[in-house]
Amino acid sequence: MANDIIIDIKHLCKSFGDKKVLEDINLYVRRGEFITLLGPSGCGKTTLLRQIAGFIAPDSGCILLEGKDISSIPPYKRPLNTVFQRYALFPHLDVYDNIAFGLKLQKLPKDEIDKRVQKMLKMVSMTDYDDRSVESLSGGQQQRVAIARALVNYPKVLLLDEPFAALDLKMRKDMQIELKELHKKMGITFIYVTHDQEEALTLSDTVVVLNEGRIQQIGTPTDIYNEPCNSFVADFIGESTILNGRMIDDYRVEFMEMEFECVDKDFGKDVPVDVVIRPEDVYIMSKTDGAQFTGTVKSCIFKGVHYEMFVETSNGYELMVQDYNCFEVGSLVGLYIKPSDIQVMRKERTCNTLEATLVDETHIDMLGARWECLPQEGFKAGDSVKVTVDFDKVDLLDHQEDGQIAGEVRFLLYKGNHYHLTIDIDGGGRLWVDTDDIWDKGDLVGVNIRPQDLKISRCDG
Amino acid sequence: MVKRSSWSIPYFIFLVLFVVLPLLLVFIYAVQDGSGRFTLSNVTRFFTDKDALSTFALSIEIAIENTAICILLGYPAAWILANRKLNRSAVTIVLFILPMWINALMRTLATAELFNVFGIALGKGTLLFGMVYDYLPFMIYPIYNTLLKMDPSYAEAAEDLGAKPASVFWKVTVPLSMPGVMSGILMVFMPTVSTFAISEFLTNNKIKLFGTIIQENINSSMWNYGAALSLIMLIIIGLTTLFSDSEKTGTEGGMI
Repeated sequence: MANDIIIDIKHLCKSFGDKKVLEDINLYVRRGEFITLLGPSGCGKTTLLRQIAGFIAPDSGCILLEGKDISSIPPYKRPLNTVFQRYALFPHLDVYDNIAFGLKLQKLPKDEIDKRVQKMLKMVSMTDYDDRSVESLSGGQQQRVAIARALVNYPKVLLLDEPFAALDLKMRKDMQIELKELHKKMGITFIYVTHDQEEALTLSDTVVVLNEGRIQQIGTPTDIYNEPCNSFVADFIGESTILNGRMIDDYRVEFMEMEFECVDKDFGKDVPVDVVIRPEDVYIMSKTDGAQFTGTVKSCIFKGVHYEMFVETSNGYELMVQDYNCFEVGSLVGLYIKPSDIQVMRKERTCNTLEATLVDETHIDMLGARWECLPQEGFKAGDSVKVTVDFDKVDLLDHQEDGQIAGEVRFLLYKGNHYHLTIDIDGGGRLWVDTDDIWDKGDLVGVNIRPQDLKISRCDG
Repeated sequence: MVKRSSWSIPYFIFLVLFVVLPLLLVFIYAVQDGSGRFTLSNVTRFFTDKDALSTFALSIEIAIENTAICILLGYPAAWILANRKLNRSAVTIVLFILPMWINALMRTLATAELFNVFGIALGKGTLLFGMVYDYLPFMIYPIYNTLLKMDPSYAEAAEDLGAKPASVFWKVTVPLSMPGVMSGILMVFMPTVSTFAISEFLTNNKIKLFGTIIQENINSSMWNYGAALSLIMLIIIGLTTLFSDSEKTGTEGGMI
């Protein structure tokens, strides 16, 4: 088993300035595996890949290649090769010399180089292009040459940094199939970086979902899709409706103010949870008898294979539904969700928990500002206290200067009848907010919390 | 409505008055004798004039030496300036480029005065020093520009394929910065062939360059011979540009 692991990353951390890019990354890659690092831009996936390649040194932690720590070895000594996002083919060399670059550096005999280059050209179906200038090639051809240039050295691991991002959709699909075949033929371990969840699900044996410098979930494509471990993964992979829910008991869950049967257990009784419903898992029918619940069709868009609809339930929750049939906007429909299609996830948090310092009886210092609170007893000035604020008790304002503190909308999640926002506070710190208002990612907001909504308690320990 | 092409008329007039006409005059003077009759003797005189020929050879030699020194000094300087790890401030770049803002004649006079103060004898050494001092920024700047604009992923790709830092430099950085070196050469080599001020001030006219004899001929009213020499220099400079141009398009053509 241990021999099967080709790359083992342990407790890897990296910061640029005071921005943490990667935090405690632990990951192993099996020999011959096709593993994808998937995440939105800025999640640290490219930084992780560049650390494996050796272009960036980790702050702490180590990268083991076949059991040996390579984190301090320069890139030219690592038996790994990279396919770069914008190809990085040498414009002063022709296709042949580009591919032969690594072999010539190894000072291999000429006929050996020739044999391997020709074989590689054939493998990427570029046989007659050996004397062409790389600049005269199309994007897809250039990427083939880039892949050949890396694979011709028989690396232990091939690293691919969003290699198809610059290609158009059709070309990208073709290249994905070719890459998958190359992987099978060569038997080399591939580590692939992408922000395209569909690409990740299509290509990989294993998907690693990253966000904000942390691994969110590692699993097979089907695991990641069917059993997302938190609301970020559920939202990022595929389409979904994420709702607040409550686990009543084993196999019983409540959401949209209704009780459903599910297949999950061991959450405990009366525990708040997130519920994920995939749009293709909602059965929609024009008859309302026999349905679990009913709703009104709000919109219906043709998506090629299926129709995508938003259906509003009688108690005001919006659900995304996909079906091969079109249902008229405004019509009453019956809906049904199978117990096994209800994915229940533990909540990461149920309210904001913050650290603060008591200034006097009615004031605290928190998130770099001074806040008024209700009169506190049993504390003295200078005490460290714990403050909890409910998600829906944080007010967001259009103008940063109107708020007690200023922040930026970092991430937003639609939860059926409201938005759940992550706000990065200027000068550090983070708040989570439930709101009915519509905000966009990157919006600058002012933040206010009323004195009676700051619940203050003693710090534990 | 006035046609848009009519906007180019002032430029056309300018070109005719200040480029075409003077060139035509140089050509006419070059193929005439003192009394205005057609002759090729001015041109043939150059090819039989040992003094002029040796001055010409010396000019080319000095220009080549100057260009070579400028590349040897300028390339590393440009490389250091373009390297963000070694140079983090824009001020250093401005300091290197700053001499370009000051009149070359003034700089040359100041240099001559410095040699005078330190009692250094004027000669080929001081001439080359002055030339390198005058023209180095013209070599550094285009090389610095190409190095700065070069996609760092080329160097990374080379390193990734097993190239040690020295191989990365010689196999990737240098070839990819050749366009910058070529324009540096054009900006240094051609003006040094025709310069006369630097040799006048920094060698006290002990060393005469091609520009010097043209200037001397014109000054002593031998307009026809001076014009012929100018024409010959122009053709030679034109040939070098053509040569470097054709080399450039040649390699590009080869790549296609």
